[in-house]
Amino acid sequence: MDRNSNTYTFIFSISMVIVVAVVLSFLATSLKPKQSKNVRQEKMQNILNTFVGDSIEVDGKKVELTRELASEKFDEFIKNQYALNYKGETVESVNAFNINLATEIKKPVEEQIFPLYEAEFNGQTFFVIPLRGSGLWDAIWGYVALKDDLNTIEGIIFDHKGETAGLGAEITTDWFQERFKDEKIYDGNNIVGVEVTKGYSGGNDKTDHQVNAISGATMTGNGVTNMMKERLAKYKPFFEKLKNSKLAIQ
Amino acid sequence: MSEQKKEIKTKEEKKKEEMILFLSKSEEKEAFLSRANRKLLTDPLNDDNPITVQMLGICSALAITVQLRPAIVMSLAVIFVTAMGNVVISLLRNLIPNRIRIIVQLVVVASLVIVVDQVLKAFLYDVSKQLSIFIGLIITNCIIMGRLEAFALGNKPWKSFLDGIGNGAGYGIILIIVAFFRELLGSGKLLGYEILGHKGLTLADSTGLYALGYENNGFFLLSPMALIIVGLVIWYQRSRNRKLIEES
Repeated sequence: MDRNSNTYTFIFSISMVIVVAVVLSFLATSLKPKQSKNVRQEKMQNILNTFVGDSIEVDGKKVELTRELASEKFDEFIKNQYALNYKGETVESVNAFNINLATEIKKPVEEQIFPLYEAEFNGQTFFVIPLRGSGLWDAIWGYVALKDDLNTIEGIIFDHKGETAGLGAEITTDWFQERFKDEKIYDGNNIVGVEVTKGYSGGNDKTDHQVNAISGATMTGNGVTNMMKERLAKYKPFFEKLKNSKLAIQ
Repeated sequence: MSEQKKEIKTKEEKKKEEMILFLSKSEEKEAFLSRANRKLLTDPLNDDNPITVQMLGICSALAITVQLRPAIVMSLAVIFVTAMGNVVISLLRNLIPNRIRIIVQLVVVASLVIVVDQVLKAFLYDVSKQLSIFIGLIITNCIIMGRLEAFALGNKPWKSFLDGIGNGAGYGIILIIVAFFRELLGSGKLLGYEILGHKGLTLADSTGLYALGYENNGFFLLSPMALIIVGLVIWYQRSRNRKLIEES
């Protein structure tokens, strides 16, 4: 058949599309379970990282908290998982771990469900809140662990989809995340989160709700600021209820 | 006279046929890594480097060379896609309709990039996270399309494979050189390890060069510096290899 005829070109294109579609679909579906497992394990690892750190003691030895180890230890440390509505009431029908924040934050606030994890580690209680917002290029997200006072940050983990390596992507590094440790999220009676500030001169001040930004990553830093303020404020009703119930017990 | 001419013609034709037969035989017998094949591998590393000589694929060299690790993994991914893309296009070269050859090449490259991305996500999850958008950027790499169009469409699969490996490696070498200087001078690290010492909050907390007052050069983290380093590499390469200098 003439290679330049229309019929040949059509037949070739259609066959090529079919072959490529079959190969890629087969590959995607066969690898999907493994990919989903990686994502679930990483989520567990991130949640635990906020209050456990990078390593954990197992049988008297300090070992790295890998994805596999985190998935084994998750149920041991996480005592409660809450799915909350905007009034701070728990929604029993929803599994907190399965909530996809990416789709959730697109809904009106009244319809959103806010996941929260209550953890116990070394005799202390922590509350881990998932975060999600926008960086310079794409989505950024993270997990923040609050101490028992529901105000002081114990630890924080950030991640991103497409921030620039060496600049915005540095939000995933320990030295940047360390800056948030012991910062307060409440300013008086309001949740303000922590602001990433360019040219910060506050040194090690943990009460000013500010941390130093990364040079060359102003937009990503602003994204982190907005994400923290917007997400954390949504938990205020639940925090107030929790504080009141604690006061009532005392 | 005319008969003599005919004889001469037939003799010449015979000679030509013999020559063609000899050439095709010698091609069949050509060793897997003959001199010509070795040149396919080594030329793109220096004399015919895709970035510094052909000036292709520079955009990604600017984007992903802030750190060494993504530059290395990106180089490996590009080597895989160039080599496999070349082989696939070479195998199909007698079937592809000329009018849609660019679309066919694009489909092949895009499919291979999706394969790399999916496999990394399943088996090397951490590496795939580090590369994030960069893997997708391979589709827009001019070197790959350039090799498919200029080499694979006219050559046999083995030669095309070697050409793909050579060009991918030629791209990778420049990426690694640029990333080496940018990460070392921009953040004082290599592959994430602190090479120039530890920078503390104050001079007293610092070690190594930082204790002597050294500061990281933030300019190296910005894209223009990648372009300047590529320029310096081109300068150095041409000063060593005079035949690359263009007469103007």
